Amino acid sequence: MASPREPLFLGRDGYRRRRLTDAARLLPLVGVILFMIPLMWGERDGEGPATARAGLYVFGVWLWLILCGYVLAVRLGQTDTSVDKEDEVTTGSEPS
Amino acid sequence: MVTFNLLILVSLAYVIFLFAVAFFAERRAQQGVASWMRAPLIYTLSLSVYCTAWTFYGAVGYATRSGLEFVTIYLGPTLVMIGWWWILRKLVRIGRTHRITSIADLISSRFGKSTALGVCVTAFAVIGTTPYIALQLQSVTLSFDAFNGTGRADEQGLQYTAFWIATGLAIFTVIFGTRNLDANERHHGVVMAIAVEAVVKLAALVAVGIFVVWGLGGGPMATMAKIDASPMANLELQTSRWIGITFTAAAAFLCLPRMFQVMVVENADERHLGTASWAFPLYMMLMSLFVIPIAVIGLDLMPAGANPDLFVLTLPLSQGREDLAMLAFLGGFSAATSMVIVAAIALSTMVSNHIVMPIWLSTQKDGATVSGDVRHVLLRSRRISIIAILFLGYVYYRLSGGGAALAAIGLISFAGVAQFLPAMLGGIFWRGATRVGALAGLSAGFIIWMYTMLLPSIGVNGVFPEAWMQGGPADLHWLRPRALFGIEGLDPVVHAVFWSLTLNTAAFVIGSMLSFPSPLERLQGAQFVNVFDHSTGPRGWTHSGAATEDLMMMAQRILGPDEAQTLFHAEALGQGKGAVLPDPSPEFIDRLERELAGSVGGATAHAMISQIVGGASVSVQDLMAVADEAAQIMEYSNQLEAKSTELQRTAGQLRDANEKLTALSVQKDAFLSQISHELRTPMTSIRSFSEILRDGANLTRPERAKYSDIIHAEAIRLTRLLDNLLDLSVLENGQIDLQLQSGTLGQVLDRALASSGAATENLRITRDPDGDDIALETDLDRLTQVFINLITNAAKYCTADAPHLQIRITQDGPVSQIDFLDNGAGIPQASQSLIFEKFSRLSDQAAAGSAGLGLAICREIMSKLGGEVRYLDGTGGTAFRVRLPTGTQIAAAAE
Repeated sequence: MASPREPLFLGRDGYRRRRLTDAARLLPLVGVILFMIPLMWGERDGEGPATARAGLYVFGVWLWLILCGYVLAVRLGQTDTSVDKEDEVTTGSEPS
Repeated sequence: MVTFNLLILVSLAYVIFLFAVAFFAERRAQQGVASWMRAPLIYTLSLSVYCTAWTFYGAVGYATRSGLEFVTIYLGPTLVMIGWWWILRKLVRIGRTHRITSIADLISSRFGKSTALGVCVTAFAVIGTTPYIALQLQSVTLSFDAFNGTGRADEQGLQYTAFWIATGLAIFTVIFGTRNLDANERHHGVVMAIAVEAVVKLAALVAVGIFVVWGLGGGPMATMAKIDASPMANLELQTSRWIGITFTAAAAFLCLPRMFQVMVVENADERHLGTASWAFPLYMMLMSLFVIPIAVIGLDLMPAGANPDLFVLTLPLSQGREDLAMLAFLGGFSAATSMVIVAAIALSTMVSNHIVMPIWLSTQKDGATVSGDVRHVLLRSRRISIIAILFLGYVYYRLSGGGAALAAIGLISFAGVAQFLPAMLGGIFWRGATRVGALAGLSAGFIIWMYTMLLPSIGVNGVFPEAWMQGGPADLHWLRPRALFGIEGLDPVVHAVFWSLTLNTAAFVIGSMLSFPSPLERLQGAQFVNVFDHSTGPRGWTHSGAATEDLMMMAQRILGPDEAQTLFHAEALGQGKGAVLPDPSPEFIDRLERELAGSVGGATAHAMISQIVGGASVSVQDLMAVADEAAQIMEYSNQLEAKSTELQRTAGQLRDANEKLTALSVQKDAFLSQISHELRTPMTSIRSFSEILRDGANLTRPERAKYSDIIHAEAIRLTRLLDNLLDLSVLENGQIDLQLQSGTLGQVLDRALASSGAATENLRITRDPDGDDIALETDLDRLTQVFINLITNAAKYCTADAPHLQIRITQDGPVSQIDFLDNGAGIPQASQSLIFEKFSRLSDQAAAGSAGLGLAICREIMSKLGGEVRYLDGTGGTAFRVRLPTGTQIAAAAE
């Protein structure tokens, strides 16, 4: 439900923040895809993936996700998550 | 060798240490110096109640059986945490805004504070969690037993141990879980103790892992080689299980009562979620990092037939590292106790708020205002619930015999609570979700879950006849619990999760679409779904006759006297009323309800308030009234709009009239100078000729006669002018008497033409004989006067070289129309409205003797005769039409 107060264009800060939240929303979907990749190895090799190799891959992806999550959480935290709505409106009131 | 007694001593010491931590944290919180306890780190660590003894010990066993698949249990929650922006952020915001106390409260509040849903969710949660508690008891019991070495305790001894563990946990939970009915159901002491336990579990598992990899495996590379060489090396990942269990774990992570408790209810600050979004996945990753090495080395070193579920413990023991084993034991103990404590608190809150309180309220005949401390009722019911839940867990443990069946319980429990997912997500993202849909979905999901998962697990021989498993009940082949609708070959877990959640969602969606929500449901739905748009939410309570004293009494009994008084006092100050009780304004009642909801849950708080305030907060009547008001306002504005257009129209007419008046005024000025000129000209010639007659004694007779004629003619002209003026004045004042005579139209026209004969020498007149014999009953003289006027006008003003007047008679029903058409220049549009005004003349070329009164007189006469005369446009010349009612109407119209 779009509020009529919401501006059409945001200031640079507000814009950056929107894209950060987009990234935060996208990250779990990327995670889902990456975690499903070991399932496809088996079909290619004709035999099940070696536990060690798949394990290394899964833990690697896991760590990468954690790092991305960390970066996003810190960046989002810097722009203050508690009052994001007002934030967007006020920063967006100036034309971009 | 660690003796059993030493083990008990260590456990006791550890429990006492936890007591101390909890007690200390609780005291600090009460003193209000607990800021560091609300750190994001504590919040993250408290989430670790997800990692129970099942995952602490069981993950290794799981890994030996299915290889890497064990990580799915952690991958699901990892994805949920990483995707916090989607769901968790909203859940936490809703939880904080509406003072949600449990997942049952969330679902019940969302769907119109429904008691039925609260009861339903609570019952299902208890059913789903009890086996899980039994599993924890089993893990701790087994871990105790593991220290006995070869001399295993008998069945009786194990049960004895389990009983005392359950008792100890019950005492701890009762003491710290029900100390107070905190406004937001926060338990600082418990959360702190759980955070400490989280550190212990992680430290224990990592310590064992390091010992295994570097102490026994010979470093990471060697361990990797061992993994490749082990029987686990090529355990295939099953696609359906990999996806299915990841999904189930993610769903359970959101829906488990204990997870909801620590994640939403105990959340002190929304920003902590941001930290936990990466920190908790990190925690889980570390928890699972060493699982596979431990499993591989365990399989390698331990004797065949050793229980892989206990490798974490038995591996260090077999290597003589009793200190490490003791740490691992404490880790497992921590995992089990923290899960049991939080689960018991969450469930007891749900039971007391959604089952005990509604029953208690309905048994109180006098409603919520009677004296008696509700807090006692609540606390007692929670304590009893905790004890009952742990007892249930113990009973389940004894009944199932602690066999291998328990190993599958973790996933069964997960799939059970996952049934809350459609109602919960639908509730916070879809405004169209209704109570009926939620009830239908939950029921369908749970029935299928029990049929396909729970009942087959507790004993093929007991509840479920073997024949059913093979051939379906009553030989209905398509109803086999492991192959619903004849779809075989699916993994049992995936099969159950798929069918239960699919049909659950389908029933939820269809039920929601077919039913219509109550007004309160729709309000709550809007507030939950759009929680970020208006966190404060619209008010629910309308005009209330609530007495503040009653509210105060009730609040005291739920919040406690001090807190209630503080709350009321603050409100009174806010209302500017000083020390007296505040007014029961809708805002205040709404706030009070939310405060109460923090202690007793949304549905109960709503019921209690409505008992005092009287009636539901928003009745259909209220909504209708609001709608009515809106309709009235719209109607009023429509009326205003209509009036304003009418005003505009009137203003336009006024403007036209004004323009006409202005034009007339100009005309009148012109006429006055004209008339004075007109009067003056004959007067001047009369005077000068009469002077000549008087003074000229030597005038000849013909001269005398000529001058006298001139004087006479001028006098006649003057008289005619004055006659006309008089005539018009009489006509206008209505002081005219009509002389009704009978005749035909032809006669009247004949007379008019005859009378104007002298003036119309140059005018060729053609007359249509049609209609000459139309009978008239009117003032024929006056009518003749009108015709003469029109004919002489044509003679005077027609500018054509060969002036020609055509007289035409037509019949329009009872009205005769006599048209006078000439071939002159016509009258411009702008002047047409002026020609019938008196004193109006279009040009100076007017013939002498015309004062511009003729047409005005005509109009007056015709209106007296009940007809009209008007200008006819578009004939190519100047044309006038006289309309005259013929026959009997005249008399009536001419009264």
